[in-house]
Amino acid sequence: MAEAYLVVDDIFKTYPPTEKGKEKLETLNGVSLAVKKGEFVSVIGPSGCGKSTLFNIISGLERPDKGCILLDGKDITGEKGHISYMLQKDLLLPWRTVLDNCILGPELQGIPKKEAYRLALPLLKEFNLSDFASSYPAQLSGGMRQRVAFLRTVLAKKELLLLDEPFGALDAYTKSEMQDWLSGIWSKYRETVIFITHDVEEAIFLSDRVYVFSKRPALVKAEITVGLPRPRSRGEITSTAFVKLKKEMLSALLDV
Amino acid sequence: MRKFLPSLMFFILLLIIWEWAVRYFEIKEYILPSPSAVGSSLINKRVLLWDHGLQTIYEAVLGFLLAIGAGLFLSVAMGLSPGVKRTIYPLMVVSQTIPIVALAPLFIIWFGYVMMPKVVTVILICFFPITLSLVEGLSTVDEDMVKLLTAMGASPWQVFRKVKFPGAMPSFFAGLKISATYSVMGAIIGEWLGASKGLGIYMTRSMKSFLTDQLFAAIAVVSILSLLFFAVVEITGRMVMPWYYQK
Repeated sequence: MAEAYLVVDDIFKTYPPTEKGKEKLETLNGVSLAVKKGEFVSVIGPSGCGKSTLFNIISGLERPDKGCILLDGKDITGEKGHISYMLQKDLLLPWRTVLDNCILGPELQGIPKKEAYRLALPLLKEFNLSDFASSYPAQLSGGMRQRVAFLRTVLAKKELLLLDEPFGALDAYTKSEMQDWLSGIWSKYRETVIFITHDVEEAIFLSDRVYVFSKRPALVKAEITVGLPRPRSRGEITSTAFVKLKKEMLSALLDV
Repeated sequence: MRKFLPSLMFFILLLIIWEWAVRYFEIKEYILPSPSAVGSSLINKRVLLWDHGLQTIYEAVLGFLLAIGAGLFLSVAMGLSPGVKRTIYPLMVVSQTIPIVALAPLFIIWFGYVMMPKVVTVILICFFPITLSLVEGLSTVDEDMVKLLTAMGASPWQVFRKVKFPGAMPSFFAGLKISATYSVMGAIIGEWLGASKGLGIYMTRSMKSFLTDQLFAAIAVVSILSLLFFAVVEITGRMVMPWYYQK
């Protein structure tokens, strides 16, 4: 694992009982994973399996009971500011225009607005959002809002992008459109990405590698290397190689 | 303007019924003046009304602005520190159970027959809706938004300035609108209890002389003033929060 960039090492997390008489909630039970720099890794598992807890721990919002997070060899357990993330909810600030939402990351780092705009404008063009730079989020469609949210995530220039079911709330058509788009954009920028999903096809289509989680308390049940050549096209979803991966993943996921 | 047409028509209808009733039942003017009598009194006494009105506007605006200042200070302090909120918030609610009308004469004893007691009355009436609305607005922030900024490395102050405060603006302006209309009323209450000038004292004098038409004229001026204050806040809100009105 010499080349691993992000290492999640044997993470345990148990929540105390919320009410008296209830049992404590064992959420993560020794989860380990490793991500190389510039790798797109997905985490897939049944809903409520603790993916989001892992997410909070990697982003430093929560501390694990045991285990640590290493980034580029340094222990960053419980440290904030290393990652930027994106959720199903776009979390755009409604009082900011698209452009001003995009520069949130640089702004927090104290970069002057003008300079931040200079960084953002080429990306807006790249993301086909130039025409909406001065619109408010409420005026955009769901797919467009997620594109803005992704741009903001990228522009935050963090070492790692965490995407937690970013397309979960979109309709099937927009979702596949967004997957194609993300796949294309990612191939260009090669950011290090951890993508959380419970959609098997989405995981295979986008990732280099996929970790399959068990039910709660979560542990890694399988690690599957996708290995399909890029760029990938939508048509490949029915190819033999793709279907084989899908079968392998489903059997790991459903325990058959 | 068009959306106010039905209310305006209905209001005019009510005025017509009122006018007709006063004439038909031959109601004495000192009991209930007709709208036309009030109207002519408005025109005849316009110089006096304007003179007294200016004083009231002055007190109301000054009190309103100071209340905004106090409200901002208090609610930002409460928004930044849970400890301050736990200490101040209950006391603030209790303070509203004190009848200000009963306190106002005391202000006159303290400060004399000058502007100060009226301004203090306005502040006491206005600061509560302003503070409450801003505190509520600050506490209904989207926690996921706060988490996102925190994970990106934002300081608590950055989270406050970039998420909580702008997010509280719609609620803040709702409170401002309430206070804006209260501010004129606050000044009037202050003047009732003792003043040399102002619409409040004008009303008291008119009432004591059974010049009910003048009283009604003053009431009309107060209503118009309150509406103007409301409109100014509304317009400011639209300028400050264009995103909120473009939905």
